[in-house]
Amino acid sequence: MADFLIAHLGTPVGTLVAIVLKILVITVPLLIAMAMMTYMERKVLAAIQLRQGPILVGPFGLLQPFADGLKLLTKETIIPAGANRAVFLIAPMLTFILALVAWAVIPFGEGLVLADINVGVLYLFAISSLGVYGIIMSGWASNSKYAFLGGLRSAAQMVSYEVSIGFVIISVLLCVGSLNLSDIVRAQSGLWFCIPLFPMFVVFFISALAETNRAPFDLPEGESELVGGFHTEYSAMAFALFFLGEYINMILMSGMTSVLFLGGWQPFPLLGFIPGPLNLIIKICLLMFVFIWVRGTLPRYRYDQLMRLGWKVFLPFSLIWVILTAGFLVYFDKVPH
Amino acid sequence: MAWLDRTARGLFMTELVKGFALTLSYMFKSRVTLNYPYERSPVSPRFRGEHALRRYPNGEERCIACKLCEAVCPALAITIEAEPRDDGSRRTTRYDIDMTKCIYCGLCQEACPVDAIVEGPNIEYATETREELFYNKEKLLANGDRWEPLLAANIAADAPYR
Repeated sequence: MADFLIAHLGTPVGTLVAIVLKILVITVPLLIAMAMMTYMERKVLAAIQLRQGPILVGPFGLLQPFADGLKLLTKETIIPAGANRAVFLIAPMLTFILALVAWAVIPFGEGLVLADINVGVLYLFAISSLGVYGIIMSGWASNSKYAFLGGLRSAAQMVSYEVSIGFVIISVLLCVGSLNLSDIVRAQSGLWFCIPLFPMFVVFFISALAETNRAPFDLPEGESELVGGFHTEYSAMAFALFFLGEYINMILMSGMTSVLFLGGWQPFPLLGFIPGPLNLIIKICLLMFVFIWVRGTLPRYRYDQLMRLGWKVFLPFSLIWVILTAGFLVYFDKVPH
Repeated sequence: MAWLDRTARGLFMTELVKGFALTLSYMFKSRVTLNYPYERSPVSPRFRGEHALRRYPNGEERCIACKLCEAVCPALAITIEAEPRDDGSRRTTRYDIDMTKCIYCGLCQEACPVDAIVEGPNIEYATETREELFYNKEKLLANGDRWEPLLAANIAADAPYR
């Protein structure tokens, strides 16, 4: 397709149009997926609690997220009197953009990746670490004690869990010998890493929950003590951007888990007829379901418990596991080259 | 040994697995939601809802202005004024119920010797102003005309137990 555009529009314009089209092909389904994720979340939570969830807007309430989005769009953006206007408005944009940008390196199939860079994992790690800035900025710029405390909590929490996520990723990298996400998926063609590295898979998923501020680690927006946490002062589209960013981050974390541990686009056992990208989508959907399932099941952690789990359990555990993995690979001479 | 037991449980996450299995099993249970405006739960014939003044089948109002309901009303919600009508029968000229005072105890319908004042099955009479809840005789009679089939059925259903 890129060749066709370049032939008809000239090299610079054609390349640009091709890239924009590729970005749209990823972004638009992603936004729709995010809308459907909110719908799914409400439906699954409702089912767990013996309720119905949205049923009135559209068939089975399927259009509910779009109605909600329209409502948020038409509302008034309120900027608190003491707020730092520029930072206050940049924060949600930053969160949203960072959530989208990370998708550039996720491989959807053999060769189906926007930017097949050799440091894909590092890029993802860097982008998800930057995500905390949006939250800190919003917490600081809101000039409100609730938002401030929410932002601080979020920063501490994300930093803590990023450490163990880093070690988990290292243990995966040791088994692959490459930072390229496509290579990581290819290395799992025989055996998905969730089997040999099962404990790391669990640690990674739980850290992903903490990283995306999801239940049971949703302390940054713990409504019972912090009203709304870092987005207390946000309304209308600014709030919607946070909301979008948070959910896209969740999809991203599911995608990362799929790529690192569940074999990305590799087919399910016995279900080889499903085309590659669909495999990844199914895996992401399953993980998203688990995200929601966790929210429907577990009560919120206390803050000291959260920190204990991050620093005293996950960090040493993942560190030991990295050493074990490395030792195993060296001893049995299985280090990938 | 207790320590070992606890650690093993923690490592194998038995509690977590149990909890997740429980919520998953709840996902497949039937819903308890009633789609209220479209579906309603059954209402007992003894249900005490909005008040109504009933009429005889020939159109004559039942109330004979004995004022027993006014006397028995613990919330002092009922106000009655009465004088003889042109044909000499004793009738109310005024029959007001302040629905904001009423506690829906049902003593008025118990006291009524002619089954004139009754509490019907209706619960959907919310209003936008307080004044609309000061019911007068006209409103109560209109209620009676509107709900008469149900009111008669309810009284008939409950009659064996009185």
